[in-house]
Amino acid sequence: MHPVAESLRRKFPETVIGSREALGDLTIYLRELGATDVFRALHDDEEFRYDYIVDVTSVDYPMDAERFEVVYIFYSIPRRHRIIVKIRVPESHPVVDSIVSIWRGAEFMEREVYDMMGIQFRGHPDLRRILMPDDYDEGYPLRKDFPLVGKGWRDDFSFVPKYHENLPPLPEGRA
Amino acid sequence: MESLEKEEVRKNQGAQELERREITLSTLRQAVLNGLDSSIKTDQFLLNMGPQHPSTHGVLRVLLDLDGERIKKAVPDLGYLHRGTEKIAEYRTYNQIIPLTDRLDYVSAMANNYAFVRAVEKLLQLKVPERAEFIRTIVAEMQRIINHLFWLGTQALDIGAMSVFFYTFREREVLLDLFEKICGARLTTNYYRVGGVEGDLNQDVIDALYKFVDTFEPHILEYNTLLENNRIWLARTKHIAVITGEDAINFGLSGPTLRGSGVDYDLRKYEPYGAYDLVNWSVPLGQNGDIYDRYWIRIEEMRQSSSIIRQCLDKLPEGPFMTDDHKVSFPPKGRVMHNMETLIHHFLLVVEGFKTPPGDTYCGTETPKGELGFYIVSDGSGKPYRMKIRAPSFVNMGAFDFMARGYMIADIVTIFGTYDIVMGECDR
Repeated sequence: MHPVAESLRRKFPETVIGSREALGDLTIYLRELGATDVFRALHDDEEFRYDYIVDVTSVDYPMDAERFEVVYIFYSIPRRHRIIVKIRVPESHPVVDSIVSIWRGAEFMEREVYDMMGIQFRGHPDLRRILMPDDYDEGYPLRKDFPLVGKGWRDDFSFVPKYHENLPPLPEGRA
Repeated sequence: MESLEKEEVRKNQGAQELERREITLSTLRQAVLNGLDSSIKTDQFLLNMGPQHPSTHGVLRVLLDLDGERIKKAVPDLGYLHRGTEKIAEYRTYNQIIPLTDRLDYVSAMANNYAFVRAVEKLLQLKVPERAEFIRTIVAEMQRIINHLFWLGTQALDIGAMSVFFYTFREREVLLDLFEKICGARLTTNYYRVGGVEGDLNQDVIDALYKFVDTFEPHILEYNTLLENNRIWLARTKHIAVITGEDAINFGLSGPTLRGSGVDYDLRKYEPYGAYDLVNWSVPLGQNGDIYDRYWIRIEEMRQSSSIIRQCLDKLPEGPFMTDDHKVSFPPKGRVMHNMETLIHHFLLVVEGFKTPPGDTYCGTETPKGELGFYIVSDGSGKPYRMKIRAPSFVNMGAFDFMARGYMIADIVTIFGTYDIVMGECDR
């Protein structure tokens, strides 16, 4: 096992539920409860020092019991190592703790995850939609049950053709 | 004798005149300062800037909370150019996504292509032929020069130095013409492929590139003579939008914006890819973390890029420019017409795309603007299950409020510029 994974498991046996090494990436799986302590340790502890935040993103698995996966990617500039951290949350209660107080760069990234996937971040200073309009209430675009053509005002525009209604009749002899 | 005396008198008069002016100036200054305390009233107000504003390089809206001319708070409002690239990508095969990446950062399309195909290759664990690696490195560095020339021209234009724009666009045009020879397009290039590149570099292009790098150094000096001692340029860039290295890391800044604060973080050095570990070059680092240092870094990076191009051209090996793994790359057209197996490969590649093993990976690439990363989740089909684009402009924009606070309203335009922001990439 990777030394970082081993050390994390020893320090936080309750929260760290697994680790995986694949394609040169180290992935750590966390439970939502108590994850903030792990993040703080990843940032502050001398043996980890993951000081650079690369990204916060999310993946939707609609068939799973815990539907959403929040993915954090960190990099340690002094140790030159990258780590991926994953937390699963259910659809009924899609909430994780915000990490803005540890990495300030997470502010916009968490806002984007909220905007696109509808995951709430507890303790975020300004949790609003960021890319979609502020008053958009047709759902979250990157969820798998959101249609590719989109939902919302566009449906009301009279000049946009409705592809599924009033299809022109097919020419003679074509099925 | 007489003339000497006259000279003496004139000198004295000059000195007296100077002294008189000095006194007038200082009293004036004092009067203004006193006036600020009592008679001139400042007021707080909100100012809406954009989304249609020539200096925002796209459509960006910022709400400015002002105290007189000082910025108290700047809230960027993003999303005016949101096209749902990540959603569309879930419905496209990997080869169909490459042209989508062109449209992210339309100023440096090649770099985006490179970042995407590298992520897919990491997922496939695919080995790329050596000549392809060299060609990719050369073209990526050409793109870096183009991007920095574009940045320099528009940044100077925003500040008011119009002529730099004409000089930088002259060289940019030379390189864009070469792009046209390499891949047929100037801006939306769609040149990199998973497993190699779309076409080879021919001798014409190589000769033209040699000629370009030979003459590029004097051109950089030309830009510098226009700016280096320009008092307006110095006053508008020195000690503006300062950010310390620690803060820059905490905000996740990348590219010249991060290195301007003296943080040695360049993925080309840290996790070498392409031919970057086979040539000699260095990472320029700033000290003060202000706009001037970031300008200096971009100038220096252009020098390094031109040196990388020359070394790569010298070492350019012979061989194929595309992998011969025909599960991934198209088989040669001549064989498709005669061989059933090859025709099937071709057909499946077009209809279904190549399949990637299930799993997920993150791969970051140093584009001219910073770290452009692709996080791809694959479920084993020919399309990504989820593709997240880590756009440097978006992450850099997160620090905008922090970096703009306390500066004057006129500095806003230069602070946008210093990120080298392109909204197509920021909003995706």
